[in-house]
Amino acid sequence: MTLAARIGLQLGTLDLQVELELAPGEVVALVGPNGAGKSTVLRCLAGLVALDDGRIELDGAVVDDPVTDVFVEPEQRPIGFVFQDHVLFDHLSVLENVAYGLRARGVARADARERARQWLDRMGLADYGSQRPAALSGGQAQRVALARALAPDPRLLLLDEPLAALDVGTRAAVRRDLRHHLGTFDGMRLIVTHDPVDAHALADRVIVLEAGRVVQSGTLAEVTAHPRTRYVADLVGVNLVSGGVVDGVLSTASGARVVIADAPDGPTLATIRPHSVVIGRGEAPGSSARNTWAGSIVDIDRLGDRVRVVVDGELPLTAEITGSALADLRLAIGDRVHASVKATDIEVAPA
Amino acid sequence: MPWPAVVLAAIAVAFFALPLVGLLWRAPWSNAWMYLTDDTALTALRLSLVTSLCATALSIVFGVPLAWLLARVDFPGRGAVRALCLLSMVLPPVVGGVALFFALGRRGLVGQYLDDWFGITLPFTTAGVVVAQTFVAMPFLVITVEAALRQLDPRLEEASRTLGASRWYTFRRVTLPAIRPALVAGAVLAWARALGEFGATITFAGNFPGTTQTMPLAVYLSLETNPEEAIVLALVMIAISFGVLLSLRDRWFGAVSRPMQVAA
Repeated sequence: MTLAARIGLQLGTLDLQVELELAPGEVVALVGPNGAGKSTVLRCLAGLVALDDGRIELDGAVVDDPVTDVFVEPEQRPIGFVFQDHVLFDHLSVLENVAYGLRARGVARADARERARQWLDRMGLADYGSQRPAALSGGQAQRVALARALAPDPRLLLLDEPLAALDVGTRAAVRRDLRHHLGTFDGMRLIVTHDPVDAHALADRVIVLEAGRVVQSGTLAEVTAHPRTRYVADLVGVNLVSGGVVDGVLSTASGARVVIADAPDGPTLATIRPHSVVIGRGEAPGSSARNTWAGSIVDIDRLGDRVRVVVDGELPLTAEITGSALADLRLAIGDRVHASVKATDIEVAPA
Repeated sequence: MPWPAVVLAAIAVAFFALPLVGLLWRAPWSNAWMYLTDDTALTALRLSLVTSLCATALSIVFGVPLAWLLARVDFPGRGAVRALCLLSMVLPPVVGGVALFFALGRRGLVGQYLDDWFGITLPFTTAGVVVAQTFVAMPFLVITVEAALRQLDPRLEEASRTLGASRWYTFRRVTLPAIRPALVAGAVLAWARALGEFGATITFAGNFPGTTQTMPLAVYLSLETNPEEAIVLALVMIAISFGVLLSLRDRWFGAVSRPMQVAA
């Protein structure tokens, strides 16, 4: 199962021109600022909006092509859609919500309910089948929305800001949950988000959309090392470090230690913004920065007057410095350097 | 306690209650049963119930799709179409009846063909009563259902489509249950309007006992010949309307006035 889409659409002031491809089983995050057209891309793929021009192919079958006048209705496409704030059917029970897609596709009532029950089991919601969706917590409602979308066995799962409706407290737990359940699904997954942390946790690859155009695509590390625009640099191109926190120190799988401020113990995802990383030549000097790691420069990338310096070492990091700092320090690929960050400049979120 | 508001509200309540009290005061209680079982009254009552229920059914069959069109399809001139369809709510019913007569009468714009081709004659028939009632009643249903459809999160219907449901299945399983309180309220309003319809009926369908003389017509006529009977018939209509409103008040009207719930 593959997806190949060329989307051309005028919607109000939005001029959407997007090409994207998904490989079988791939998980891709569609990242971008509000109004970039992320959700509209999902709506086009689902058939909720028809293309002005372009073409969408799902596994070789054309589902939308204005030139040849092909448009496959949403109910005929092998897709699942998880909406922002879930959009469960309030007048149906949780079980009937999950069984809905099977019933709509003509599966007999008893069979549909049995399969829905199995889905609820798998989602840890076996006891909630007879409840109304209004009685569920945000995280539970999201699992029901996911089960409902997955029950008819789609080949492409579209998730629109699946974590945006949740408060900070439950977000991490639901994200972990979502990653687990998404992992058990073997079709393609396309997730819209504006949070690089979500993209990192859930996806193999990110596609960055700005004002209706794809500005960049690649792994998050690639995007961080070589951001193509200011938006990408400031909001998507960040260093994400995962590990376990004990007594205010995060240890990564490769053994690096990161001192952080005010973080509870447990699995944690730390965000280190490249512009808060300081690069120095040679050995680490004494300073108030709690974190200093040795390494060598493996890449240098210019974006306007700012330069991204990729350091490989104990803790692989990308730093952002000015062009004049680069010139003053005469930094070049292969140079030994140290990178330091103040503990208070590191943002943490439970993973 | 905002006393001026309470006083004004109390005057309003009295304004609605007094005419009712007046009727009860003048009601010929000893002869009431005789008037009620009187042939004219029973015939008019039966005709009123049958025609108003038919008009309600027609209002649902045509009004729900119309409400859906007005709420969901953005076509040029939608505002004008809406105004046109709701016009009969504000039009004097007699004017509506005259207009119906020139459109659907035997020599009317469309009526002549109904007569020539199908042999269908509407004016001065029971069917004509239903047409006149539907003409004035349907807007009440349309306006109520349209408001509910506008409040309904369109993503509920989209979610249904992405789950493999056709438009029709989506309408039956998602849209209809969600707007049901409004549909019932709109149908009750339309039914009440049809039951009370006078002007358009008498203009378009006339006043023939057994075929077109509905309760309001019978009340008006008996006022000239036998005021006591008019009072009894009027009280019957009030009792029916009041009973329906009471039985539906919380269950349906309450649900309509609250915003449609979207899944939390």
